[in-house]
Amino acid sequence: NRQLLTQVQSQVNNLFQSQPIFRETLQLQFQVDIFVHGGKDSISKQVEEVQKYPGIRSIITSASDDLSNPYGDHVSQTLKKVVESHSYDKVIASTSAFGKDVTPRLGGLLDVQPITDVIQVINNGQQFLRPIYAGNALSTVSSSDKIKILTIRATNFEKIAAGSANTYPVKEVAAQNDNVQGKWLENNVSESEMVELGSAKYVVSGGRGMKNGENFKILYELANVLGKQHCAVGASRAAVDAGFVPNDMQIGQTGKVVAPDLYIAVGISGAIQHLAGMKDSKVIVAINKDPEAAIFKVANYGLVDDLFKVIPELSQKIKALQ
Amino acid sequence: MKALVGVKRVLDYAIKVRVNPQKTGVDLQGLKMSMNPFDEIAIEEAIKMREAGVIQQVVALSIGDKNAAETIRQALALGADSGIHVQTDLRIDQDLQPLAVAKVFAKMIKEKQFDLCVLGKQSIDDDFNQTGQILGSILGIPSATFSSKIEIDVANKKATVTREVDFGLQKIEVQLPAVFTCDLRLNTPRFANVQSIIKAKKKPIEVFNLADLGIDFAPRLKVEKVEMPQERQGGVIVGSVDELISKLKNEAKVI
Repeated sequence: NRQLLTQVQSQVNNLFQSQPIFRETLQLQFQVDIFVHGGKDSISKQVEEVQKYPGIRSIITSASDDLSNPYGDHVSQTLKKVVESHSYDKVIASTSAFGKDVTPRLGGLLDVQPITDVIQVINNGQQFLRPIYAGNALSTVSSSDKIKILTIRATNFEKIAAGSANTYPVKEVAAQNDNVQGKWLENNVSESEMVELGSAKYVVSGGRGMKNGENFKILYELANVLGKQHCAVGASRAAVDAGFVPNDMQIGQTGKVVAPDLYIAVGISGAIQHLAGMKDSKVIVAINKDPEAAIFKVANYGLVDDLFKVIPELSQKIKALQ
Repeated sequence: MKALVGVKRVLDYAIKVRVNPQKTGVDLQGLKMSMNPFDEIAIEEAIKMREAGVIQQVVALSIGDKNAAETIRQALALGADSGIHVQTDLRIDQDLQPLAVAKVFAKMIKEKQFDLCVLGKQSIDDDFNQTGQILGSILGIPSATFSSKIEIDVANKKATVTREVDFGLQKIEVQLPAVFTCDLRLNTPRFANVQSIIKAKKKPIEVFNLADLGIDFAPRLKVEKVEMPQERQGGVIVGSVDELISKLKNEAKVI
């Protein structure tokens, strides 16, 4: 069995999204190659990062100007070449916006039906568990395709920490960009000093009960107290739809899926679509003045009270503890 | 120019999901079905393009049993000019899979020469989020996923698309013909009025049988089992911030 793990370019944070598969991979005794792509100037730095992780056989790199900030087809076409020339039987990426964009493109090129959003690999890699209907049901599937193309939900897999540098062999593959009819123009990165939602240990999340975007500042204050290197601020779809905060903060079926150690839901009613994005959190706290809110049914600790009174008090008292 | 739009009939988002006793799938018997919410955004976007004079024709395609015709009628009532119904009795929430769906769309786009294909980013039943990307690859045309703004440059046959990605927004450019998949904030879908619902009854729907299209639609994924997730148990209601902090510190040990 040979396996390929795709690697997002030039973003060290994304390494953490892909790396949890390693533990599964080692258990299944696959041989793992890592595919790293990026601009010519950044590729060696990325390889250096990957060298710090255990259990890899080799690193495959592809560098070009187009791959520095790629449009999806630049990556999928290069991946197709890598997969075909190395006879891989698995291609794995994380269920990120990038993974969801690129892996089905590869499926179309190889005539393979991808399996997106896998939360568990079962039966020695023969079956895959994935949520359907916004996580309200779980489906176990097997695939008749020779190559399995998967995206995995990183929060459901055990992470391995970076260690000392290894010296895995590095092999370069030329980027493939014939007939690519799209191109990247610009990124507009949401400005936040905080850690990314997907890798945060604590998440403080606001809903329609926040009343407006300005009021989210009390959530940022609480997040700061919990430590901005560990804590991110999210939102429900209701808060996003109401225009309080941007969509990249949305947690739920149609947004991001998170599973932090502590999730604090503030002024969130707990619609099914929101629960789908956070119900795997280890500890859930719900703060809502409506005692009937559905969020209390999944929360470990609920507090029925006015959030505008509770949140500042919580921030102040946690700070006093430190 | 003309656009093909995908409209899928799914279990209404507000209906509680239950798995059938045989554990072979979600129970859909007698329950309210609706147009996939992301497809409502897709049809809205195509109609807005036609209203702006960017395109001249909007065709809505649905794959499914006889009842899928209702979803096509809904698209026609919202403003689509005509419909295509590809009939199959396969379960479209698990046995007709994105690779096969993309092949149906690819065939229609090739045969009927569509310039744009507008799809929802995912359907809320199988949650795969794949069809648009696969379709672009099959046809060898670009696809722009998770679109929150689409600007068509008719003269130069290209589009500038703003995409919703993990770190914020990304802008890309694609040549036409192209596939677009719609994210939540692309637009706010309109409602159909009574007059347009009546008018929709006269609009044409072309009907095909999936088995007659000459494509490989056999499921590549076998559904071994469908089950309900473990329900999370609700915990305790605390009386004060002090009690909450004490629980988090001493019981849950997370702060």
